[in-house]
Amino acid sequence: MASDVTRRIGIVGGTAWRWRGARRMSTSTSTSTSSAAKTKSSSGSTKKEVNLFTAINQALHIALDTDPRAYVFGEDVSFGGVFRCTIGLAERFGKNRVFNTPLCEQGIVGFAIGLAAMGNRAISEIQFADYIYPAFDQIVNEAAKFRYRSGNQFNCGGLTIRAPYGAVGHGGHYHSQSPEAFFCHVPGVKVVIPRGPQQAKGLLLSCIRDPNPTLFFEPKSLYRLAVEEVPENDYMLPLSLAEVIREGRDITLVGWGAQLSAMEEACKEAEKDGISCELIDLRTLLPWDKETVEASVKKTGRLLVSHEAPVTGGFGAEIAASVAERCFLRLEAPVARICGLDTPFPLVFEPFYLPNKNKILDAIKSTVKSSRSCVFARQQNIWLALMHPFCPHKQKQPVTGLIESGRPDSGPTVQPAPSADHPVQQ
Amino acid sequence: MSLIQLSKNQSLHAALLLPVTNSVGAHLRRHFSSTETDTRTLTIETSVPYTGHKLEPPSRSVETTQKELLTFFREMSLMRRMEIAADSLYKAKLIRGFCHLYDGQEAVAVGMEAAITKKDNVITAYRDHCIYLARGGTLVGAFAELMGRRDGCSKGKGGSMHFYKKDSGFYGGHGIVGAQTPLGCGLAFAQKYLKEEHVTFTLYGDGAANQGQLFEALNMAALWDLPVILVCENNHYGMGTAEWRAAKSPAYYKRGDYVPGLKVDGMDVLAVKQACKFAKEHVLKNGPIILEMDTYRYHGHSMSDPGSTYRTRDEISGIRQERDPIERVRKLILSHDFATEKELKDTEKEVRKEVDDAIAQAKESPMPDPSELFTNVFVKGLGADAFGVDRKEIRTVLP
Repeated sequence: MASDVTRRIGIVGGTAWRWRGARRMSTSTSTSTSSAAKTKSSSGSTKKEVNLFTAINQALHIALDTDPRAYVFGEDVSFGGVFRCTIGLAERFGKNRVFNTPLCEQGIVGFAIGLAAMGNRAISEIQFADYIYPAFDQIVNEAAKFRYRSGNQFNCGGLTIRAPYGAVGHGGHYHSQSPEAFFCHVPGVKVVIPRGPQQAKGLLLSCIRDPNPTLFFEPKSLYRLAVEEVPENDYMLPLSLAEVIREGRDITLVGWGAQLSAMEEACKEAEKDGISCELIDLRTLLPWDKETVEASVKKTGRLLVSHEAPVTGGFGAEIAASVAERCFLRLEAPVARICGLDTPFPLVFEPFYLPNKNKILDAIKSTVKSSRSCVFARQQNIWLALMHPFCPHKQKQPVTGLIESGRPDSGPTVQPAPSADHPVQQ
Repeated sequence: MSLIQLSKNQSLHAALLLPVTNSVGAHLRRHFSSTETDTRTLTIETSVPYTGHKLEPPSRSVETTQKELLTFFREMSLMRRMEIAADSLYKAKLIRGFCHLYDGQEAVAVGMEAAITKKDNVITAYRDHCIYLARGGTLVGAFAELMGRRDGCSKGKGGSMHFYKKDSGFYGGHGIVGAQTPLGCGLAFAQKYLKEEHVTFTLYGDGAANQGQLFEALNMAALWDLPVILVCENNHYGMGTAEWRAAKSPAYYKRGDYVPGLKVDGMDVLAVKQACKFAKEHVLKNGPIILEMDTYRYHGHSMSDPGSTYRTRDEISGIRQERDPIERVRKLILSHDFATEKELKDTEKEVRKEVDDAIAQAKESPMPDPSELFTNVFVKGLGADAFGVDRKEIRTVLP
């Protein structure tokens, strides 16, 4: 019987699972894995070039090392996890603190809430953010409201849920989604997304030590691709504080996670056309740093938000609405949202779906140019502007935009071919 | 190990067993006529007895025919070849996305199909290529889907994990572990309501057996006496975790508690056939049943898993030598002189060519039209809008 064979042979040792053939991860360095294993936590402030999964691995080592009541668990984590983030943890901290769970996401999160409710740091891993939905009830109803509904008698503040999210080039429907917006609708949990190794380490440690339940979404396309200098010591980065990573005058771009790299490229391209872009990494989506964004938009007068998740009901909508409330009179152009399309995450059409550099660049140009030449718009008098014969706002009215979509040569990117079966709205 | 007895009234014609001509080998599957092959039934004993939970297990003696054995051999070889070809296509980056291969488990798909009709439903998780083939799917449909081409069985929009075939009741590949089990109950309820005496086979793995949804499904199925057969394809590893590391009781056929169960050697196609036949009769009379198929996957969990870090190579090669489903049928065929070794080799060559031709044809198939990105999100006619990046310029009414 195979089961007997299995039982006899002790199955130990790390898996060598790799995300093979990932287009954007070709610069992976196998040496960094071993360097991470050697890294001693809290050993001064020396820096070392490491990739994202190694930075996360360092943070987990530090978290377990500095708090004897911290635990790491999830599917396949004791072997190092499918993305190698938990490598070496089980060997160092033992199987009672780092362990595999069965394939049961709802159970994993529910279990983690209970563990955290006893005052522990429960660091659970959902193997892909796409698998988080079975645990949705636990996160929304159990974790987020535990403190509130018990009148602060109980809480699960030590809970941290790590999950890799986002596109990788070929992940298909169930290995590519960005579910952050669902959880941003839930008061009581924090949602954090890092953009690179250095941020990831500091933010993850903050999440683990934060007295609130946190969701930490890791951009899986960057696990091997993103390499930067990361301090080897124990450090934390503040939550709910956005970071201006590029200063500019003409337009504010807000994004998070892997999307920032596409946005940064677009900023560089726009600069060649004389458009100066300010780029903000939101870092924490809930509760988010409205002040930093507001200050920036008041300076530039324009806003573009971008994320991989579908545009409708995405977190970009929340940012756009808040900015409209707070900066209405300073806005010189409508807020642009460059996001995923309102379709399920596609398999072969991923390049069409994604809000790539060119889509962002087009939006930057049209947002800036539409308002720059209009003296009335600059004076925030939209009615005068619309009556003006040369006002470009006229051509950019939503109604005319719709008509444009029927022309085969219009539209910067995806243009569904009009046909009898798929009529494009005229 | 296997015993053979010819049925009493047909043993007189035993001499007819011997003249198997070369032409038979050339047209093995679906080209048989009663004149070419022997249609007499023979009885073969399964290698391992069934173990029952709250039921009387069926007999170990399985009736089969020469034609059926040769068909089994061909179908399983075809599946094996398809999966190996998919492996190389993935490595050549012609298949993107996730890809989970079925080789080793072929006997489950083939044996199950032999016991049921196309009116019965089958629903499974993401390891679905061979189930699709067994349900009557074509190689071109499979390979085109794997490569995301227009001729794929899901129009190239699903990929490896999402094969479907509606006309033969294959409700497809589902990506999230265990999520398909309650769906199977819904299918079975609809069948029961229609009083059509058809059943649903809901397949899940030993990893999914630890999902809460399975227990919810079991309760509903038993509460309402649904004609659903919950088939646990136990390949002993839920991704990279051995069953005993993840499950307190790896006796999955007993885990339905109040739902009767049957443990089956899932590497023996005849045992699977017998069990599925038995299960179908059982559920129509008595409500749900669990079939635990003791099987094995040779490949890793998915293409990014080499499959050799959490188990030994010796273990894999041991199973290949001792329990391989195709080799078992090959031995049966040879020991009864139903075909010569050369004829079986020829079958394998044909199968290889068939697969290669299908790949060539699938490669010719174009990518889906870009407008397909927006289709099938909602039903046609609802007038729902799909928006592009800025809700203005890329906007279409969903067809």
